[in-house]
Amino acid sequence: MSGGSGAPGGSGAPGGSASGSQIAVHLNGAPTLLAADATVADVVGLSGFAPAARGVAVALDGDVVPRADWTTTTVREGARLEVLTAVAGG
Amino acid sequence: MSDATKPAMGADGVVPPFVLGGRSWGSRLIAGTGGFRSLAELESALGATGAELVTVALRRLDPEQKGSLLDVIDRLGLFVLPNTAGCYTARDAVKTAKLAREAFQTDWIKLEVIGDDRTLFPDAVELLRAAEELVGDGFTVLPYTNDDPVLARRLEAVGCAAVMPLGSPIGSGMGIRNPVNIAIIVEQATVPVVLDAGIGTASDAAYAMELGCDAVLVASAISRAAHPTLMAQAVRAAVEAGVAARHAGRIPRKLHAVASTAELGLPDLS
Repeated sequence: MSGGSGAPGGSGAPGGSASGSQIAVHLNGAPTLLAADATVADVVGLSGFAPAARGVAVALDGDVVPRADWTTTTVREGARLEVLTAVAGG
Repeated sequence: MSDATKPAMGADGVVPPFVLGGRSWGSRLIAGTGGFRSLAELESALGATGAELVTVALRRLDPEQKGSLLDVIDRLGLFVLPNTAGCYTARDAVKTAKLAREAFQTDWIKLEVIGDDRTLFPDAVELLRAAEELVGDGFTVLPYTNDDPVLARRLEAVGCAAVMPLGSPIGSGMGIRNPVNIAIIVEQATVPVVLDAGIGTASDAAYAMELGCDAVLVASAISRAAHPTLMAQAVRAAVEAGVAARHAGRIPRKLHAVASTAELGLPDLS
């Protein structure tokens, strides 16, 4: 998911137009290129989750992005994204 | 009545329903999902616990992860209790709780704010701060806390739905190191007391219930047992035995024997 093909120098920006404008972000700690118009919902999709994905939460620059805002929240250059999911614990 | 003849605390002869967070639960065993060797083992053991509430954590997606924990939990029809494991500050714990609320669409949170990475003891100051903020934000807060009656009272005062004192360090299997403090916490609490952390085997769980805890939360004792499903059955039976014993009223401890057979009618065999 992260740190692979989406890394700088990789094969382009997933989730958006192949041409031109891309932004570099940190996705789960790994440098990743995204389309300049990518939304949080796009990033969730890139991470392999269905849009409704139960058990998934997103933090953008340390703040929780409510589910209802995923499709309208765009990601900016240099953003720190955390896409989290349920794991065994506690 | 003297202390020696007073019925044991809690000896009302009836096991009451277990109410936590405004809901009635059929099982007093809350299961942790961490530490199992495989999802198949987890599914088998969770089923054997009879638990209705299970804890889960939030982490970055691991591309190597096989299968879905949530699918297992859904198949078993269990209620997800997210935790804030790994948080060391109130700020991180509050953010993690809010992420969990988005992820699982639940206001319930097992609040953990750790103060020390060797013992995994809670940080009392940060814990109380986080609890207060989360209660204010509408969460049903179940705090993992020290075996400290004063802190337990403070957590209850800020509106926590339960207090969950540790028996001994997480994963240590050391059982209940300060049963007297647990008894004091039980005695004063008006919210459920859940013994969280330290259970090593079935008898520890029974002891927690005999001390008057309303429930126990068990993870490693089951998941890291050589045979988790068998241990799950054992802990389940122990919890049921312990709560029944509590309400049955144990006999007082005495220094000397009290004959259980009458002396009247003893023959003269001289």
